[in-house]
Formats: sequence, structure tokens, C-alpha cells
Amino acid sequence: MRALVPLPVVVPLLGAALTLLLAGNPRIQRATSVLCLSGTLTVAVLLLVQAYRHGPVVVAVGGWPAPVGIVLVADQLAALMLVVSSAVTLCVLLYSIGQGRSETSESSPVSIFHPTYLVLTAGVTNAFLAGDLFNLFVGFEILLAASFVLITLGGTETRIRTGSTYVVVSILSSMIFLTAVGLVYAATGTLNLAQLAQRLDDLPDGVRLALELMLLLAFAIKAAVFPLSAWLPDSYPTAPAPVTAVFAGLLTKVGVYAIIRTETLLFPGGRAHVLLMVVAGLTMVIGILGAVAQSDLKRLFSFTLVSHIGYMIFGVALSTVAGLSGAIFYVVHHITIQTTLFLVAGLVEERAGSTDLRRIGGLARVAPLLGVLFFVPAMNLAGVPPFSGFLGKLGLLQAGVAAGGPLPGVLVAAGTLTSLLTLYVASRVWNIAFWRAPRLATSEPVVQLPRLMVGATVALVAIGLALTVLAGPLFDVTADAAEDLRLRTPYVRAVLPGGVP
Amino acid sequence: MTRSGAGPTLVLVLAVAVLVGCGVILLLERSLTRILLGVIMLGNGVNLLILLGGRSGGAPIVGTGPVERMSDPLPQAMVLTSIVITFGFTAFLLAVAYRSWYLSGDDEVPDDLEDRQIIRRAGRNEVGALDRGGEGPNGDPEQVDPEPARRRLRRGDES
Repeated sequence: MRALVPLPVVVPLLGAALTLLLAGNPRIQRATSVLCLSGTLTVAVLLLVQAYRHGPVVVAVGGWPAPVGIVLVADQLAALMLVVSSAVTLCVLLYSIGQGRSETSESSPVSIFHPTYLVLTAGVTNAFLAGDLFNLFVGFEILLAASFVLITLGGTETRIRTGSTYVVVSILSSMIFLTAVGLVYAATGTLNLAQLAQRLDDLPDGVRLALELMLLLAFAIKAAVFPLSAWLPDSYPTAPAPVTAVFAGLLTKVGVYAIIRTETLLFPGGRAHVLLMVVAGLTMVIGILGAVAQSDLKRLFSFTLVSHIGYMIFGVALSTVAGLSGAIFYVVHHITIQTTLFLVAGLVEERAGSTDLRRIGGLARVAPLLGVLFFVPAMNLAGVPPFSGFLGKLGLLQAGVAAGGPLPGVLVAAGTLTSLLTLYVASRVWNIAFWRAPRLATSEPVVQLPRLMVGATVALVAIGLALTVLAGPLFDVTADAAEDLRLRTPYVRAVLPGGVP
Repeated sequence: MTRSGAGPTLVLVLAVAVLVGCGVILLLERSLTRILLGVIMLGNGVNLLILLGGRSGGAPIVGTGPVERMSDPLPQAMVLTSIVITFGFTAFLLAVAYRSWYLSGDDEVPDDLEDRQIIRRAGRNEVGALDRGGEGPNGDPEQVDPEPARRRLRRGDES
């Protein structure tokens, strides 16, 4: 079992090299990437089963034991994130193959999409599996470097314009993260997360708080938490549909994952929780108000993305088992749903020629399947029962009520308001784009959408529905993961079986 | 850096401060070239900062000297990695700046979409009219033809 742990990182990286070599042969190249990601998904599922049954799976890369060598840790949280992220990346890859434009788009001469996409996947999985802070940083950098290439794919003027903002903001957040890593090492003399868990406890309160805030700042930029979220709605929508979808689904969630990990393992009971709660509330409300004002489908979804990050931060800030469990469930739900919605936006663009709500209409009559594909995840996002969005929000709100106190109360109210406003936004899009008199922005509409694109989207919608049906077992896993996270000992003991040196 | 057992030297601390300070100021500029210079300075400053985190001393190879006078090798390994990463990012940013200059004649980072829309509206002295996404008169979503002309943005305006 241990041998499986590095595979989710190694397989996509090797696949990236292979697909780069196979650039001349698109058919084999595509097959290779699909094979790589399917393999990653299989390994991730095995790891989740193992982590759920027997506790965290740890492997010391290079054979050096834990505090000296680098460890990769697949505990329940990491394995769950791996499963969801690899399922989503696989679907998006199929979608992009169906779209067929990824390689032959306007002006990208070499087929760099597949290698870069695989490198991105490797970065994401590495960040999830990282057992020390510097490896987490490296994971972030891998995925960032790949995302830079993907967001400026083709190098058109719009993409360069929005890409430059994205690149500069991301580099800045990396610098802050790197500074924090350096300072953590200077303060404690280690970067192994399990060892840090012990050593950070012994630091003076002020130093500890400073380190915590610095790490939170870096992760919050990546997760697009409110005062640091302005870069996201401006840079994501211009990228190709599959790229936007995978960015929206995964990249921000890697930031959320890092926040969960640091807040539970490194700084439990820290003093930043009030701050986190305040920014969570602001993220929710301001994000969704931004979405209300938008008239472009992709920008609108970018704002709902920012808004719903607030729910997860809320769950983390509660720092109770119920709150964490809700947050993890919400991450899983949101990765799937947000990706689906962006893929649907891509389908709308393909079918109607635009995603601008002022120029399209009546798609439900023109393309009924597209209507269904939008309606289900949109209602899911808005939290209409019985979908998983409702269950996730309910779990978080219950945890908030159970925590008691004025601030969680305000947050519960903000969460409810956000949910209602999301419903308003979703129904507004439905009314305009799907329900009124048909209107297409293109004079020569595609009559038949590529089957693979629709198929991949259908698969993701189905995964979203499966999350609803399997919510019970999934909540068991997330509650168990949250329990482990709160205890900290399962993680620490798995990494350092001989006790903390 | 070679005096063993000593804390970080003041020169290094000052160098970090100057590099990071200048880097941050340059990052606030609008031109990508200056931002690039800012990234380079900031990156180097942070790299030096990491180096400060470890103990200074002799080469960390067993047999070359007493163990307690060796420097800490870990920050050096980390710095090597982060130098490579900073280098890669610098190269990419340079490519973006060049491409931006190639396409638009300058390398300024423009305002974001929302800002430009607001500025345009202010220029035409328009109060933010309620944009319901082109629904027909009286809010009737079915009645879309003839088009409500006043809410229609011109196509080139947005991008």
C-alpha cells in the first residue's frame, strides 16, 4: 500500500514527459493522458479506502525516516481530496478532448495543453500529499507554473492582459508563502508538519500568531478569500472553458485545503479564528453580491465561486468537529459543482456563440439537454433540497448554531442570505439564458454538440448527484477525517511512529 | 557568514530589508517590466531571508570539521530550490511582458473590466441603470424583440 502513495504525483509527471514527446501524435497523446489520470483516480480511491480503514498511509521518500527525510502523507482528508480532484480532472480532460480545440486552438503551435495539464494535476496532488511545509510550497509552485501556461494559452491579447494580473498576484502569494516557510524554519528548526505540530505549540504566543497570519495570508490569496479575491473574477473567465473549469474547481480548493491543514494541525485553537470568521462572512456576502451584478455567465460563476469559499472558511473557523466535517464535505461538493457549471458555460458558449446573458436566450427550447445540465448543478449550488449543496450548507449552519455565540450566529444568517441570493442568481440565469424567447449570439449555431463534451459534463452532473445519494457515507468519512484532524495524534503518530524527537 | 556560532550578520539582514523594500515598491508600479524587476528583488530578498534561518558555519560534510561548527544545510537546499523557482517565474513574466508589448505596444497592466465599465459610465454621466440582462420592457422575459437598445453594450467595449 505504501508504494501507492507517491503514484498520484509521479504518474502525471511521467505522463507529462511522455505526452510532450508524443506531441506529434495527438491520438496517442490523448490516450496517454486519459490513461494517466484514470490511473491516478484508481490509486486515489485505493488510498482513501486504506486511509479510512487503517489510518494515514505514510511513505518516506528516499528512505530517510520522518523528521529528516521528506514524507508524503495520505490521511483521510488528503485521500478524499485526491479522489475528488482526480475524478474532476479526468472529466475535464475528456471534455477538452471532446472540444478538440485545446491543441489546435487559434495560435498554439505545439500541443502543450496535455503536458501542462498533467503537470498541473501533479502539482495539485503533491500539495495534497505533502507532509512538510516546503514540499507543500513546491506543490503550489508546480501547479502555479502550469496554471500560468494554461491561463495564457494561445497568447491572445485578452489572455495576456488578464494573465499578467494572475501571474503577478500568484507570484506575490508564493513569495509570502516562502517567507513564511523561512520564518517557520528559523523559529522551529523543522518543516515536517508532524514535528511542527509539537514545536509550534512551545513557541511564544506572539511569534506563533505572526507565523499563522503569514501562512494564512499566503493561502487566502490562493483560496480567493474576500479582501484578497479581486484577482479571480478578472482572470479566470478569459481562459478556455476546460481550463477555467479546472482552475475554478481545484486551484482555490488547494488553498482551502492548506488553510484546513495549517489551522488544524499546526495552529489549533489559534487566535485567528475570529478574523477567519469575519472574512468568511464578508467573502460570502460580497462575493454573491458581485454575482448578482454580473451579466456574463463565466464572470457570474467566478463570483459565486468566491462567495462559496466563504462557507468553507466558516467551517474551518468554527474549528469544531462538526464545522470541519461540514467544511470538508462542502469542499468536495463545491469542487464538483463549480467545475460542472463552468463546463456548462463552455457548452453554452459552443452552442449559442456567447456566454453574455444580454445576447443569448431560450436555450432550454433550443437545447433541452443543455437546460437540464445547467439546471441540476445550479440548483445544487444554490442549496435546494435534496441536493448535496443543501446538505453541505445544512451541516455548516448546524455546526454554526451548535457553536453558539453572536459571531457564529451572524455567520449563519450570512450563510442563509448567501444561499438565497445564490438561488436568485441561478434562477436569473435560468430565466434569461434558458427560459425566455430563443436567441443565439451566433448566426451559424452548432446543431450537435460534441458527444464527448456533453458526456463529460453529464458524468460530472452525475457525480454531483451521487454526492447527494451517498451523502450519508461521505459524511461518515468527513466526520472521521475531521475527528482525526482535531485530535492531531493520528497524523503525528503515523508520521513519527517512534515518538517526537 | 563564516564565523561559527554567531547569529545572522547584520549585513545580511540589511540586504534582505533593502531588497524586499525595493521589490515591494517596484511591484506597485503599472509597467510589467518594473514589476518584473520587483519580483526579482523580492525573490532574492526572500531567498536571503531563508538563508538567515539556519546556523552559519563550515561546510556541512562529515569529516571536514567539528560537527558543532557546521552550517545548517537545509536552508541552503531550500534556497537552491526556490532560486530555481524564482528563475522560472521571472522567465515566464518576462515572456508575458514581451508578449504584451508585442500585442499592444506597451506592457502596462490595465484596469480590470469592472473598473473600466464604471469609468465609462461615469464618463457618460450615467447612474448605474439596473441591468436585468436584456429582459424586455416591463420585465417581461418573453418579450425580447425589439431589442431594448439602451442596455446593449457595444461589442468591442468589453474586452
